[in-house]
Amino acid sequence: MSNNWEMVIGLEVHAQLKTSSKLFSSSPNQFGSEPNENVNFIDSGMPGMLPVMNFGCIEMAIKTGYALNFKINKYSVFERKNYFYPDLPQGYQISQFEFPILSEGYINIDSGDNQKKIRIERAHLEQDAGKSIHDIDPKYSFIDLNRVGTPLLEIVSYPDLSSADEVINYMSSLRQLLMYIDVCDGNMQEGSLRADVNLSVRKKGQELGTRCEIKNLNSFKFIKQAIEYEFQRQINIIDGGGEIEQNTMLFDTSTGETRAMRSKEFSHDYRYFPDPDLLPVNLSQEQIDKIKPLVGELPQDKLNKYLDNYSLDKDIAKIIIAEKQNANLFEKMISESTVKPKFIAAWLVGDIFAFIKENNLEVNSLNDKTKDITDLLKLISDDVISNKAGKEILPKVLNGEGKPSELVKELGLEQVSDSGELEKIIDEALVGEEENILKFQGGSDRVLGYFVGKCLKATKGKGNPKLINKILLEKLKK
Amino acid sequence: MKNSISQIKKALIEKKISVSELYDEYLAKAKSGNNNSFNLVIDRENNISSINDSQNRYDNGNPLLLDGIPLGIKDLFCTKGIRTTASSKILSNYIPNYESFVTQQLLNDGSIFIGKNNCDEFAMGSSNETSYFGPVINPWKNKNSQKDNLVPGGSSGGSAAAVAEGSCVASMGTDTGGSIRQPASLCGIVGLKPTFGSCSRWGIVAFASSLDQAGPLTNCVEDAAYVLNSINKHDFNDSTSSNHQREDYLVDINNSFEKKIKIGIPSDYLEDVSDDILNQIDNTKKALSKHGIEFVDVKFKTTEYALSTYYILAPAEASSNLARYDGIRYGVREDGESLDDIYLNSRTKGFGDEVTRRILIGAYVLSAGYYDAYYRQAQKVRRLIKNDFQRILNEVDFILTPTTPNEAFKIGDKLDPISMYKNDIYTVPTSLAGLPGISIPSGLSKNGLPLGVQFIGNYFEEKSLLQLAALAEKELSFNE
Repeated sequence: MSNNWEMVIGLEVHAQLKTSSKLFSSSPNQFGSEPNENVNFIDSGMPGMLPVMNFGCIEMAIKTGYALNFKINKYSVFERKNYFYPDLPQGYQISQFEFPILSEGYINIDSGDNQKKIRIERAHLEQDAGKSIHDIDPKYSFIDLNRVGTPLLEIVSYPDLSSADEVINYMSSLRQLLMYIDVCDGNMQEGSLRADVNLSVRKKGQELGTRCEIKNLNSFKFIKQAIEYEFQRQINIIDGGGEIEQNTMLFDTSTGETRAMRSKEFSHDYRYFPDPDLLPVNLSQEQIDKIKPLVGELPQDKLNKYLDNYSLDKDIAKIIIAEKQNANLFEKMISESTVKPKFIAAWLVGDIFAFIKENNLEVNSLNDKTKDITDLLKLISDDVISNKAGKEILPKVLNGEGKPSELVKELGLEQVSDSGELEKIIDEALVGEEENILKFQGGSDRVLGYFVGKCLKATKGKGNPKLINKILLEKLKK
Repeated sequence: MKNSISQIKKALIEKKISVSELYDEYLAKAKSGNNNSFNLVIDRENNISSINDSQNRYDNGNPLLLDGIPLGIKDLFCTKGIRTTASSKILSNYIPNYESFVTQQLLNDGSIFIGKNNCDEFAMGSSNETSYFGPVINPWKNKNSQKDNLVPGGSSGGSAAAVAEGSCVASMGTDTGGSIRQPASLCGIVGLKPTFGSCSRWGIVAFASSLDQAGPLTNCVEDAAYVLNSINKHDFNDSTSSNHQREDYLVDINNSFEKKIKIGIPSDYLEDVSDDILNQIDNTKKALSKHGIEFVDVKFKTTEYALSTYYILAPAEASSNLARYDGIRYGVREDGESLDDIYLNSRTKGFGDEVTRRILIGAYVLSAGYYDAYYRQAQKVRRLIKNDFQRILNEVDFILTPTTPNEAFKIGDKLDPISMYKNDIYTVPTSLAGLPGISIPSGLSKNGLPLGVQFIGNYFEEKSLLQLAALAEKELSFNE
């Protein structure tokens, strides 16, 4: 039924900036403190208190400007967005309106097998509000002002997205980029990254429909559910002969449904005007240029480097660049060892990530073990130990149970790579095998595998398979 | 003539009086409360250690700039541990846990606070009649109608009356559209509004952030320089605080000018004014001409737009600045069935009529569909007014105007808001331009009431402005 319909989606993403203090006050900007612990006189809206801009937030916005291909505006203005709510002590939110710090950016996202360019209209700095808690007491609401004044960068896309998957890809690309440039911790569960989804539907090729805005989604799962539900809801209304009302919607995470919070008629008039307590932000070209080197390598740069310089497979390279900490770990290992990057990459996305996942670890937690890991990989790639032995030792190395070389000795896993010794074993293995030798010489390759297996068994698995292969071939061809 | 700060300090140094005796003299007058100039008089015991410390410094021969000087503080400055109400019901129980930047400087310089001066509610008013704590009475009486109680002007009416009645040596006021200069004029004292950005707004209950400026009300020009030396400092916590180099405003105050001075008198300000007012300008002109100062006519192009511009911009900012008084975290809360009811009841009962009027005007001019026609347009006109002043101050060193269009009027006389707003017609343009202005007493009206003239100088030129005012003051002094 929904085949003829398409969705048109624009996203407003709120990213909490990773500054140590708030946007306009010196209170700490941190999650998980006791309620109302990170609140000073400015945050609580006491009489006569004045905001002072934290320039660190401007620097982070500029960084974001570079990463998301924005025009970085030298002139931007903080304005007041006026509305009453108990978790908004000043009675207004300081935000940017007419003159945002960033305008006209874009990023490329994966869409099916292709890349799609998603245009971004603007990004502006603003204060977060506090939290109202309504479910502690039947009679009272509780207010936690810790989040008041936390710096947010609101990133507003054009309506260039046309499926839930594209939205997820866009959102995860944004998250990846913001984490790469170290301006946002990307923790959606803690609300560090939240999205408002503007969605309308139309028959393919027709004009834009009326949109609804679903507020405050903080997980990929909820975003997908909300989009799918809202898409169908709007189609059902139109198919039933109704019209879409421009509403602000809430997503109910328990039912998976969206419901109207307020209609356009009751939408706020925020009465924006320039905040007279703050001067306009005037940036010099030097101030902007100075930030550029701090942006560092972006995921796409790394991908190109991994493919061109390290010859990684694209799938593996993509897994590594997905998060900056993966790439950091990978590059640290490369810099500390002579093992081929490709070999390191295979082990990283294989056994090492598996270990991290099984043990619920942070990738970063292995940063101080990279020398041991690469020592182990060196032993494997130099055929001192077998692949199999390597897999056996790796968890012990990652658990810090010992140095790789010691563990190899302790467990007796060193490969026999002494050709004299192997020759003796091979000679013994070939005794009484005249029939099979003739078969091999007659062209049956299968027999080689049989001989290798027999020799390995004789070495109790420690013989270097490559060397055994080589010596066997020499002897069999005689 | 009342004693000046330098005379008082001399008496303290020469031990003709002790800090404690001086304090008690002023405290007694403040406590009598005849003119309702204080919302709160600080208990003596709360000041004892300050008095003793001050006396010790005099005894040790190293008194500070304002050591032992009893001051009145407009009830708009947050004072740590001392109730600060902005003369509003909604803050009538509010005790700040911090000290405003400006009052902190005054404390650092050894002054002692007598109490918190009554003012118009949230500094909105020109007669001190909008105070929740009742009107302030001007210590001056009309000689032809002695029984009438007159307004002291506003909004710093309590600060002006307190200095005039002698319950403090000097007082702190704030000036948004004339709130220091106009009451100073009506009470026969000196009132200085410094350049916007001179004195930090941190800790002052905000009315209109782009206009609010703290300044002194004093018995003489030299006293204003004393206070300005204390409070005129850069403050990192106020983003609009200027970080220019401050001067010593006392050092040349009694010197004559080295260069030839030219003063402009805007002829458009003097159309339709009473003889009383014209006399003030003439007196001043005559007095200063004796010192070789030249006077020229100047003409503003924007005067007629100033009041309407002001009454769009100031309420717009106020409507937002006063949003925080919602009864949720502090201040007086009225109960209600819903959150909206709590807001509605707290704010309806917490604010007086004039404040409510300005919040509504402000919300209106900022609302969707009206913003461009009112707020944005007013911002543009403000720019033109600024340019207009700049143009004239390129031609002349100072501008001389009346401070007010009339003498002090009877309490209850000017009930119509528009005629009340017109009382600030000479002070509002300077405020919009952000320029410094000082009002000094220039003579008495036919009814024996004090009137003042205003000198306007260029940005951050307070030093020469005070020098000029001091020169004029010597010639114009009148007996009460």
